[in-house]
Amino acid sequence: MRLSESKGHHRRQSNLIATLLFLGIFFSAGQTAYAVERLHFLIPGGAGGGWDTTARGVGDALTRSGIVSRASYQNMSGGDGSKAIAHLIESAERQTDTLMISSTPIVLKSLKNIFPQSYKDLTPVAAVIADYGAFVVKTDSKYTSWQQMIDDFRLDPRNVLVAGGSVLGGMDHVVAAMAFKQSGVDPKSIRYIPYNAGAKAMVGLLSNETQLLSTGLSEALALAEQGEVRVLAMTAATRMDHAPEVPTLSEQGVDLVFTNWRGFFGAPGLSENKVREFQELLLRMYDTKEWEDIRLKRGWTNLYISGDDFIEFLKDQETEMGYLLDELGIRR
Amino acid sequence: MLDGILQGLSTAFLPVNLMLLFVGCFAGTFIGMLPGLGPVSAIALMIPITYGFDPSSGLILMAGVYYGAVFGGSTSAILINAPGVSGAVATAFDGYPMAQRGEAGKALALAAYSSFAGGTIGAVFLLLFVPILAKLSLSFQSADYFALMVFGLSAITAFSGKGQVIKAVLMALLGLMLATVGEDPSGIQRFTFGITDLYDGISFLLLSMATFAIAEALMVVLRPSPPSKVASAGKPTFQTLGSMKLSKEEIKDVAPVVARSSVLGFFVGVLPGAGATIASFLAYGMERNLASAKQKLGFGKGSLRGLAAPETANNAASTGSFVPLLTLGIPGSATTAIMLGALLSYGVQPGPRLYIDHPAVFWSVIISMYLGNIILLILNLPLIPYISKLLAVPRQFLTPIILFLSLIGVYLVSFNTVDLFMMVVIGAIAVVFRVLNFPLAPLLLGFILGGMMEENLRRALLISDGSLEFLWQRPITATIIIITVATVLIPIVSSLRKTKGSRALDT
Repeated sequence: MRLSESKGHHRRQSNLIATLLFLGIFFSAGQTAYAVERLHFLIPGGAGGGWDTTARGVGDALTRSGIVSRASYQNMSGGDGSKAIAHLIESAERQTDTLMISSTPIVLKSLKNIFPQSYKDLTPVAAVIADYGAFVVKTDSKYTSWQQMIDDFRLDPRNVLVAGGSVLGGMDHVVAAMAFKQSGVDPKSIRYIPYNAGAKAMVGLLSNETQLLSTGLSEALALAEQGEVRVLAMTAATRMDHAPEVPTLSEQGVDLVFTNWRGFFGAPGLSENKVREFQELLLRMYDTKEWEDIRLKRGWTNLYISGDDFIEFLKDQETEMGYLLDELGIRR
Repeated sequence: MLDGILQGLSTAFLPVNLMLLFVGCFAGTFIGMLPGLGPVSAIALMIPITYGFDPSSGLILMAGVYYGAVFGGSTSAILINAPGVSGAVATAFDGYPMAQRGEAGKALALAAYSSFAGGTIGAVFLLLFVPILAKLSLSFQSADYFALMVFGLSAITAFSGKGQVIKAVLMALLGLMLATVGEDPSGIQRFTFGITDLYDGISFLLLSMATFAIAEALMVVLRPSPPSKVASAGKPTFQTLGSMKLSKEEIKDVAPVVARSSVLGFFVGVLPGAGATIASFLAYGMERNLASAKQKLGFGKGSLRGLAAPETANNAASTGSFVPLLTLGIPGSATTAIMLGALLSYGVQPGPRLYIDHPAVFWSVIISMYLGNIILLILNLPLIPYISKLLAVPRQFLTPIILFLSLIGVYLVSFNTVDLFMMVVIGAIAVVFRVLNFPLAPLLLGFILGGMMEENLRRALLISDGSLEFLWQRPITATIIIITVATVLIPIVSSLRKTKGSRALDT
């Protein structure tokens, strides 16, 4: 105990020096910017994945715009993210500068009771960006609207094989099941073909193995721009500014809005002051040019939910998806 | 198109880009040489450096690192039986026995020439056939991939010497079983015993480093004198570099192998569901099956053909894997997935329109691959005598270094301490297998093919409503299945006929 205290003290001292130096630079530049010394990003997956790019994108925007002076990153894959959650819980008192990136699948995994520890043990900080579910067909597909596809499915469920980059009961499957259910079809009758990554599922669609692909909107738009695929519908409430041609599900008469958020959690028992500090600096990030650059290149949509709203949002999402998993007979 | 190629040429030959290519190849070779550190970690290291670059330069650097690492991966496989890259596992099968025989120099030189040939032929294919290849990479469906994996499994025969068939099959089965550990495609945990570290399954790198590098190092401890039977001549051959020169007959012998393997490797690389590792195993199996009865015996004991085939194929496949990345925007491997991420951060979206929208990026990368292979050859050949000095290090120092590097290599990929325990345990079990004379290569083959085989089989069954019709409904599937059956049955039939014939002579 003593050892860690003295260590913490030491670090605080050096942090203080770093802050003073940093403030000095800013004052001399005539700005009164307030800088957080350091942030540590814990990434529950490998390099190059969705979690990784989001955490590094946020870290880049924060450091380049001078909101944070130093950011470090730690990739900890294993157990589909559960390894990182367990690590954050076990070493909570040393992790006061740590933000763990997370997203909707973490909620799903917790619902399926496969993790010994749940995201609920962590301290929710804020959601930062959103992606939406997208339903994609090949450019030469005969389907031009969601309803047309559903009608064909009603004739014979064999007509529409649905590909997705997640396991059975994973996010791509659940979103597709929700959309089919809201279109008046029994979600159990969907023929879902699982692939081990979104890109592999895209190959399944392009090689005519499947007729419909359930994936993330940003991934779908990138290939739609290249003329390979067409997005039949997506799950946002309104059309996107950067892709006004893509219709929503709700305007096609399907009552479903689904948001795949990506956001941050802190260690368990994080002080309220610290949480507020994190939330403030994330909020400030949205106004920076650096963030806007990264966001546009990646095709991300801003979505800021924090505090009680975030907790409420997570609860709603959990209820909604849990209900569906029961209906599909997947929840244990 | 010609206009684009010219633009690409002038971009690729910019001094900055030539320099980056050199730096990339150099760094990649060294990172690849370290056991356990492969192209994925090498490219991940490069990403922060390339932030301010323009897209062509960044991609040229990363591509250089990529095939540099694939190139360098063979070195540790040959010298210390520790493949740094999963694609180099098959290289160790014959490369390490060659080094043990005192022909390390020749093995390294042959690996360098084969890599060069595979990479160059791949780059030429890429340059000539890009538009057609995009279609090809989408021609395979799950049923076809399943058939391809079954064909790959038939390569087990390549590892089974006389009386070893049953042992090889048993080890392959064990590999298939290990592949089932972790979450299955329907989201159910198998054989994880509630241990979170097993949820994602066992990593191939961990398994191959444990069964090859760790087991080899432990064997050395168990048997202080070099275990090689060939060394019984009395001279400590293992320490010697030997000649680097290949004789004319050897070149003649290996040339057709290189030609076949580069074509096979490239096309397997083009398929987004296969990859360099599969390509190297398939090429090894194919050459073993094509070899004459006498040559077959040499495989696994330091055959030149057995070294050239996988080494050519994995380099050709790495080049081929750029086809789905550049023309479809789809990454076929972990490495190309990281490169896709980097391209997106430059604001370049790869896809069918890439060579229309960004011709300079597209063609300069392909042309720089060709240049990169030349640089790698020039860089690597003179280094061979120095690198193989490693073997002169006394065993009591070399063994701990190998253990250390292997453990660090695996740790740096996962940052998971449990992996280290798993490596040691698997390494110890592998030693028992080696003492009992069970071959370990079929284990790895079964493991890497098993995972993909199951995934594709399950998809094919789901799509065909659980009926086995998918096995003959598509011409590609049926063709591969027929070839597989033929490769397995023909040797059996011919050996039966031989025994019949000899019996007829007896009576």
